[in-house]
Amino acid sequence: MELLTFGDTGWGDEMLRGAGVTILLAVGAYLFGIVVGMGGAAMKLSGSGLLRGIAGVYTTVVRGVPELLVIYLLFYGSTPLIIDLASLFGYTGYLEIPPFLAGLLAVGLISGAYSTEVLRGAMQVIPAGQVEAGRAVGLSARQVFFRIKLPQLWRYALPGLGNVWQLTLKDTALVSVISLAELMQIASIAGNSEREPFVFYIAAGMLYLVMTTFSQIIFQRSERVANRGVRRA
Amino acid sequence: MTTVDSPSDAALVARDIHKSFGALEVLKGISVTAHEGDVISLIGSSGSGKSTFLRCINLLETPDSGDVWVTGEKIEMRRGRHGAEPADNRQVDRIRARLGMVFQSFNLWSHMTVLQNIIEGPVHVLKEPRAEAIGRAEALLEKVGIADKRDQYPSHLSGGQQQRAAIARALAMRPKVMLFDEPTSALDPELVGEVLRVIRQLTVEGNTMLLVTHEMRFAREVSDRVLFLHEGKVEEEGPPAKVFDNPTSARCRQFLATNY
Repeated sequence: MELLTFGDTGWGDEMLRGAGVTILLAVGAYLFGIVVGMGGAAMKLSGSGLLRGIAGVYTTVVRGVPELLVIYLLFYGSTPLIIDLASLFGYTGYLEIPPFLAGLLAVGLISGAYSTEVLRGAMQVIPAGQVEAGRAVGLSARQVFFRIKLPQLWRYALPGLGNVWQLTLKDTALVSVISLAELMQIASIAGNSEREPFVFYIAAGMLYLVMTTFSQIIFQRSERVANRGVRRA
Repeated sequence: MTTVDSPSDAALVARDIHKSFGALEVLKGISVTAHEGDVISLIGSSGSGKSTFLRCINLLETPDSGDVWVTGEKIEMRRGRHGAEPADNRQVDRIRARLGMVFQSFNLWSHMTVLQNIIEGPVHVLKEPRAEAIGRAEALLEKVGIADKRDQYPSHLSGGQQQRAAIARALAMRPKVMLFDEPTSALDPELVGEVLRVIRQLTVEGNTMLLVTHEMRFAREVSDRVLFLHEGKVEEEGPPAKVFDNPTSARCRQFLATNY
């Protein structure tokens, strides 16, 4: 147990810091994913075949290959790409995206592919008549989006988005492969150097469970708020 | 130009409205003029184009050709990539605020209470102070008889109550013309009466109204003029006594024989 204490001899503080990085990474990737998902959903529902096609390729590819592969591709693919781009502007040194940012982008793009589908589904459930009623009283297209569509979008999307959040939180563990000091990476390092992997993986597992349980409560509360006025079947 | 048809002194003029959906021509040139206080009913079988015509007036459907004036202001149209489109969307928003629309399926915003539904337009379109909008909303709820439903969400109301709330929502904009699109067609028979009572009250108070309806007796009772539409054209038009008792069109006689 003293392995998990705080201070010089124990790994407790390192583990907690790792958990902090995990949370930051997950929140950042999730929010980035929702922004991507909004765009993706709008593209999928747009009149333009080109936009629909691009969004279709994105969700099909990202959801259709292993997530670890997406992370490898982005991390190892982006470094040469950035160096090439920089050399176009005359810079010849070594460049790479900081691991945290690379991890955030990679997990965010994965998260975004799932959010796209959730949000697209939700947008299609909003009754067209309510949108028409908004236009009929003279609300602008923008007002209709922010005052009629968006508040109801959350209602239909929240259960699905809660799911995406859990996946995103767990996907951050995959980023340990690009040597980012998040929870999984710390647990692995500590377990190896103390020759007690089981202890540290159990501890990491419990920390993940605390995070997911806590976030489940938050999502349940938000669903209750979003569902005001909905009659329970 | 005859004075009767001058767009500038009528509450609403729609002239020669055409509309096609794909190859199907739904409106083949329909015109109507409503002066202040006029109650005009549009009747006809389903598919005759009466709802589409009503929706063309506030541009929920974009007419392919034809002109609409609301209180003398012409809605400017232009040729776009996909046919006719409004030249100025802000003008359209402005005009819509002068037209109160009541839909067949109520279309109340389900994430807002009845009161919030009613003050939404006044506060966010007319920029009325909130307290003032709430005061007027309460008076309107009183008028349509659902004052006690003020803080309920639409899903907790009966169809008749929802439609009365929707009428209050439209009235809250102090519209120059009210457009009713089959306001009782989605209601259980026992709830039709309470909605018609409210609409009747509005006709008595001198509101300008266009009413698409299947309630023939009601149309006859409240209308100043009745238009019978058939296959996208006005087939019969006149005061209710003439249209209902003495129609010249054989199709109108046929329609009334089965529906009146």
